[in-house]
Amino acid sequence: MGKVFSHSKSLRNISTHYCAGCGHGIAHRLIAEVVDELNIREQVIAVAPVGCAVIAYDYWDFDCSEAAHGRALAVATAIKRVRPQNIVFTYQGDGDLAAIGTNETIHAANRGENLTVIFINNAVYGMTGGQMAPTTLLGQKTATTPQGRKPEEGYPLKISEMLALLAGVKYIERTALSSPQEVMKTKKAIRQAFQNQIDHVGFSLVEILSPCPTYWAMPPRQALDWINNVMAKEFPLGRIK
Amino acid sequence: MAKITIDKDKCKGCLLCVSFCPKGLIKAAKGLNKRGVAAVEFKDTGECLGCTLCAVICPDCCVEVYK
Repeated sequence: MGKVFSHSKSLRNISTHYCAGCGHGIAHRLIAEVVDELNIREQVIAVAPVGCAVIAYDYWDFDCSEAAHGRALAVATAIKRVRPQNIVFTYQGDGDLAAIGTNETIHAANRGENLTVIFINNAVYGMTGGQMAPTTLLGQKTATTPQGRKPEEGYPLKISEMLALLAGVKYIERTALSSPQEVMKTKKAIRQAFQNQIDHVGFSLVEILSPCPTYWAMPPRQALDWINNVMAKEFPLGRIK
Repeated sequence: MAKITIDKDKCKGCLLCVSFCPKGLIKAAKGLNKRGVAAVEFKDTGECLGCTLCAVICPDCCVEVYK
């Protein structure tokens, strides 16, 4: 009897600080698996965000840097330009990439930097206590929209569709962590985004709809179903560019 | 013939593996683990398919699959 599924070498075998049922753990594992499969562990440099995944560098067993809130793509641009032989990716949440870091995100994409972006969209600010994010759905209850988000508070920001308009962007796909099947599709998209960088294709982004059972106030399995039944209607899955 | 092993002390008891196991072989364990949560346990009845769905969905990499 052989082992058919085991722990990736690029992922430290320690317990994470994430809540039960959080999608970050799955996303971390998928990235570690892709890094191992592409055999780029010695070349890869991750840029961690500010948000729940702020200490992602404690979990990945490869080189990582940390950026100020929202500035991951600016830091990644510098690393990639100084060390073009390295494979550089950012791992950012929706508060980091689509709110405080919108400026850096749009300009890095518009410059067509040869970077890989893993964008975790869970429609709330997790680390600070579940406040409304730009990606929060209309009607979604959060700490700062207790009656549900209303249109006067803005509409869910579709940053991936916006970035797809830019000539410098070469690959954007939106996936979800809502079932084992979707997790496998997510891994395929992450692999493509890394392969693009290796092949010098240009700016690649994977948006991952990820569950936050704690601040969606639902059990983990229900949170996965909510992604399929509600969130994926507002943020359609599939290749955007 | 397949089986899984579960790292009970890393398990946070989210029960996602329980909900996706096609044979219903994973159950919430009685008692608490080191973290103070009710982890899951594998009931080896010889029916495990080794499909890896539990391992793929586990957010905490607690599951290893043998086939």
